[in-house]
Amino acid sequence: MAADRIELKDYLRETNLIHSRLIALVVLLCVLTFILVARVWYLQIYNNERFEVLSKDNRVRLVPMPPVRGQIFDRNGKVLAENIPVFTLEILPKDVENMDALLDEVTRIIEVSPNDVKKFKALVKSHRGFEAQVLKVNLSEEEVARFSVNQHRFRGAQVQARLQRNYPYGGEMAHVLGYVGRINQRDKESIDAKAYKGTDYIGKRGIEARYEDQLLGRVGVEQVETNAHGQRIRRLDKNEPVSGDNIYLNIDADLQVKAREYLGDRRGSVIAIEPESGEVLAFVSNPVYDPNKFVNGIDHRSYNALREDVNRPLLNRTISGRYAPGSTIKGLVSLAALENGWSENKHITCPGYFTLKGSSHRYRCWRRGGHGSTSMLKSIMQSCDVYYYQLANTIGIDKLSAFLKTFGLGSQTGIDLDGEPSGLVPSREWKRERRGVAWYPGDTLNTGIGQGDVLVTPLQLGVISATLANRGRRIEPRLVGRLEHSANGGSDKAVTTLVGAELGTVVAKPRNFDAIIDAMEAVVGHPRGTAHNSAGKNVGYTMAGKTGTAQVVAIPQGARYDASKLNDFQKDHALFVAFAPVEKPKIAIAVIVENGGSGSSAAAPVARKVADFYLLNKDANAAEPVLPESGQEPSPEPLASVLSQ
Amino acid sequence: MPFRIKVDMPLMFGLLMLCVGSLLVLWSAGGESPRLLISQSIRMGIAVVGMVVLAQVRPDTLFRWTPYLFAAGLGMLILVLLVGDVGKGAQRWLDLGVVRFQPSEAMKLAVPMMVAWVLTRKTLPPNFKNLFYAALVLGVPSALILVQPDLGTAILILMSGALIIFLAGFAWKHIGILAAMTAAAIPIAYHFLLRPYQQQRIQTLLDPWSDPLGSGYQIIQSMIAIGSGGAQGKGWTQGSQSQLEFIPDRHTDFIFSVFSEEMGFIGVLILITVYVAIVARGLYIAYYTKDTFSRLLAGSLSMTFFFYVFVNIGMVAGMLPVVGIPLPLISYGGTSMVTLMAGFGILMGIHNHRSLMSR
Repeated sequence: MAADRIELKDYLRETNLIHSRLIALVVLLCVLTFILVARVWYLQIYNNERFEVLSKDNRVRLVPMPPVRGQIFDRNGKVLAENIPVFTLEILPKDVENMDALLDEVTRIIEVSPNDVKKFKALVKSHRGFEAQVLKVNLSEEEVARFSVNQHRFRGAQVQARLQRNYPYGGEMAHVLGYVGRINQRDKESIDAKAYKGTDYIGKRGIEARYEDQLLGRVGVEQVETNAHGQRIRRLDKNEPVSGDNIYLNIDADLQVKAREYLGDRRGSVIAIEPESGEVLAFVSNPVYDPNKFVNGIDHRSYNALREDVNRPLLNRTISGRYAPGSTIKGLVSLAALENGWSENKHITCPGYFTLKGSSHRYRCWRRGGHGSTSMLKSIMQSCDVYYYQLANTIGIDKLSAFLKTFGLGSQTGIDLDGEPSGLVPSREWKRERRGVAWYPGDTLNTGIGQGDVLVTPLQLGVISATLANRGRRIEPRLVGRLEHSANGGSDKAVTTLVGAELGTVVAKPRNFDAIIDAMEAVVGHPRGTAHNSAGKNVGYTMAGKTGTAQVVAIPQGARYDASKLNDFQKDHALFVAFAPVEKPKIAIAVIVENGGSGSSAAAPVARKVADFYLLNKDANAAEPVLPESGQEPSPEPLASVLSQ
Repeated sequence: MPFRIKVDMPLMFGLLMLCVGSLLVLWSAGGESPRLLISQSIRMGIAVVGMVVLAQVRPDTLFRWTPYLFAAGLGMLILVLLVGDVGKGAQRWLDLGVVRFQPSEAMKLAVPMMVAWVLTRKTLPPNFKNLFYAALVLGVPSALILVQPDLGTAILILMSGALIIFLAGFAWKHIGILAAMTAAAIPIAYHFLLRPYQQQRIQTLLDPWSDPLGSGYQIIQSMIAIGSGGAQGKGWTQGSQSQLEFIPDRHTDFIFSVFSEEMGFIGVLILITVYVAIVARGLYIAYYTKDTFSRLLAGSLSMTFFFYVFVNIGMVAGMLPVVGIPLPLISYGGTSMVTLMAGFGILMGIHNHRSLMSR
């Protein structure tokens, strides 16, 4: 619209044209506005009475019919999460004339705690009068009967039968299942409100949260005729809800309970995986909490007590606890070395410490006197640190960390639970980026014995153990085995089976795998293996394992680790990874006992008992003790061998 | 010349009144949820900032940018049909990684600008060749949006373009012919162009009481809500139709039902007065600006805004089929608010620079 072009046009004519058209628009605006106002006037003023009547006895309402949440079972069909009917006493504030009088009357026939009354009053204040609020949950049959007889006296109050989530195993499954809780404002932001019409609960953690979409089901709608107070008179039509899928876990509930029992009251984690399929057989994090308390909202005091508990029961150690793997990593370091040209027959002399060229710093072996001349087999069997200082120093951090990563260290396992951390395999680039300092040779040595910056979750340890058992075949661990879809009306149910994805294969020669696995078998089976005394006697099958002890506090140069001088939270973590039977592995296990001391005495016996229970159906804690407790003298040979048949 | 931020005070005042009104109705319609209010306020803030920024742009700058804007919008529309995300049964979203974006929203501004651009290249009234080009730049994007399918937006865009052509002096005689042809084409369009759910909406409109529990439910409940409001309304947050959830989508497309049930006829008159005042101010700006492009654009933007109001209230009051057009600046939701405010930014820009333009 350069000025010179406008000169050429008949500007005045154009202006007049547009002005006349704008005036036409003003006329149109007036006409349309008149139509709108007239229409609203017709509805609001002229027909007001008719619509007011319609609104007052708006008789037909669409009432959502919430679906029944899917149940959760273990691999053998034991119920882990169910829906039980409960009666709740609810009050609809808009129908109540005198709330205090009503509460007074009601509490005379049904016992309601002052705390419940307080909670109820807060709910009434914070919500609109059109929404019924719960005064008491879990009414007894007797209370329901008493209320029903007197119902006419309590306008606005009603007893509702509802389904409520229940976890029969209590805390045992808490870290796997998680729990459902009432839908809160935060949830509302992220869910499709229509799908949750009439549903009060949503999965908050664990399987309940991860498989929310499958467990929820589809909401139905009922058309009901109501009276002026909104109370229903009869049903006109309905569209049935579809129940959520039933979920069958791969978890073996008996094994899970026993595994936690074997852990005792110590903090820690046990994970058991079927190596072939990646199915998770047991997933224990100790201590636990009772998920049932969360279903209807846990009270502040109990919640704070859980949160402030020094043992941190709310922490799911198995998936989100991050620990130094300690010596359990040595099998992988050996494999890395063998793949990089190291010979398994090469011997190293362990004088009890290792020094780098040109440095006087002594990197100690756990055995102060040293292991003497050490082969690779002996280094794994007796967990010689000096051997791994040497190995790590020889192959270097670049190759070492690359190899550890091919095993899945430093990345999520892909298990079907939310919030999995990736763990950490340090590298030069990582240290430069995160710490801003260069990589030192000493860092390589620490990595070689699973200390320093290496971090793994118990789950990752379990998966590594399964990968070793599979000789390098990596598979995603899976908690859920299958989903059973509820067919509408019919009894035949469609089933979806879930399997973990194949994550590829660790590239290593079969010969090298043999060497590592033989050595791990010696850890348990050889009289001088680190786990032999505590867990390796009278095993009715073959077992390969590796102990680990992870330092929690740094020990100064020249000082000695002395458990008696440390408080309970500074003691070493005890670790053990294992799989059995060696020829055809059926179970891979990882155990971490926080501040348990040494891996051989604290963690290995737990793994042994878990394997015994799973493979031989032999319970170490049965009335008659079968296995010696760690630290005690082994029981006489004949008795044990008889029982192990 | 020092740079000063200038806005049009009368427009600004009217728009802010609508924003405050929106928050009040949303509090009631959204179940008294503070989160809803906060997110709506944030959107309003962003939209107002965008408007103020656009108000500083000179119309000749806009004119120069128009073809590029239009081309980019058209490209994205085609892209959305090829790779777009499907939401609520329609394919209208483009996922840009950071934000999900609805190209059809941008076209609400780009199409009328482009039509005005095409027509102002020659003296008005337009000759046949220019009319053909105008119809092309109007028809192609509208068709692309119609097949997403997004009938509501397609109608609004067609309307905004048609307004430009009308303002540019499209002969009354031809308007008459076109109107007659449209009337003849309606039955054909109904059978061949509309999707079954759109046909259902029109049937529902003609006789909602024929299926009071099915497709007529929404519109009947909405009419009951409006009608039972009476002259003074049932009071803020006291509407039984709204609060007992008889009205579906009550914080988005059907928010007018909530408003009129609770505020009554008096409230509705005030609301419509504010809307009409805003539109009148827009037409005033169009009348008193000097260059043709600005005139066409300002007139079209103002009147399109009124069509929003008319179509939305018309549909919830049972006069027009339900086409999914929100009540402008009152309904909950972000994309349309940003576009609308951007339109007012352009209007303000035209007014701010009226003396700079012309000859």
